[in-house]
Amino acid sequence: MLRRIVFAVIAMSALAAQAAVPEFHLVVQDHKFQPTEIQVPAGQKFKLIVENKDASPEEFESAELNREKVVVGNGTIDIYLGPLEPGKYGFFGDFHQDTAQGFLIAK
Amino acid sequence: MLGSGLLVFREVLEAALIVSIVAAATRGVVGRGRWIGAGIGAGVLGAIIVACFAGVIAQAVSGIGQELFNASVLLAAVLMIAWHAIWMASHGRELAIEMKSVGAQVTGGNRPLSALLIVVAIAILREGSEVVLFLYGQSAGGSSAVDLVGGICIGVIGGSAVGLALYFGLLRIPMRYFFSATNWLLLLLAAGLASQAASFLIQADILPALGNRIWDSSFLLSDTSWIGKALHTLIGYEAHPAGTQILFYLVTAALIALGMRMLGGGGGKSPQRPVTAHLAH
Repeated sequence: MLRRIVFAVIAMSALAAQAAVPEFHLVVQDHKFQPTEIQVPAGQKFKLIVENKDASPEEFESAELNREKVVVGNGTIDIYLGPLEPGKYGFFGDFHQDTAQGFLIAK
Repeated sequence: MLGSGLLVFREVLEAALIVSIVAAATRGVVGRGRWIGAGIGAGVLGAIIVACFAGVIAQAVSGIGQELFNASVLLAAVLMIAWHAIWMASHGRELAIEMKSVGAQVTGGNRPLSALLIVVAIAILREGSEVVLFLYGQSAGGSSAVDLVGGICIGVIGGSAVGLALYFGLLRIPMRYFFSATNWLLLLLAAGLASQAASFLIQADILPALGNRIWDSSFLLSDTSWIGKALHTLIGYEAHPAGTQILFYLVTAALIALGMRMLGGGGGKSPQRPVTAHLAH
């Protein structure tokens, strides 16, 4: 019984923790990010959801955020970020660096 | 052609730097060409398979499959390097003495060359799968075959040339210091790979970052510069590492150094069976 309660508490807190993480959406289309600028809260964790509407794969990458993740054609990925210091953080699509550029603004 | 050549070059360079260190570390071992060649072959095959299943891997384990995969192969490479480095610490001096005295190749004895084969394969698999995905996208986007093949040639030749330059540079290290030098290079390589693995586990939200930016040295050397990238691959340089990355780096380096010291037992005085020396012919 006790074990069941413990499990329930863990499950609930895990759900609560997930629900508490704000989500932000980013789309890749024609090898460009939309929007190219996203405002996110500073000082807290959040989730960036990247949807690739192109048929070809892309890699979300940012040296400033220490992140790199491949998103296949017509695929979607989640990237956990933060807590960030206030500031501007650039990111790019590694496979189309000439067009796929954007940045996060943490406030 | 130049655009795709540049990306291929970047990825090939990263893998080539790692292969160069492994090639230098296995200097004078009979049949090492076969081992390294097999590692490269397995890596290329693995890269194609991983690229084909990129979508499946990404969706696995509720969306963090890619991070788990990357972290796992990186940590596997760390273990293999650690195993080899510790083995070499106990036998390296004998190897150097033998090579100097008989001026010929020595057999590896029970040296774990398979460990280094796996390191080579993993380096190529990781960078290669990105190349395959990129080229697939290019060809789907209507790039001509000439452009693609040209890009591959530019990238592979350019990247391999820099790798070879590093290899021949390393060979100039005097024999007395040679194996301890390559062993330290392998130690730093392993520490850097462990830090990269930590970065993937933070990205997947499995590990806490323990501070997203412990320092920011991007004004001195940016992660995106060529030197910054090369040092990132070779010794794990990060312009703004997370706390957990630093922890992984230091613990890996300390454990391997400790293992080399304790199991190394002072090189030539090792009580273990010495490497059997056979002339290669």
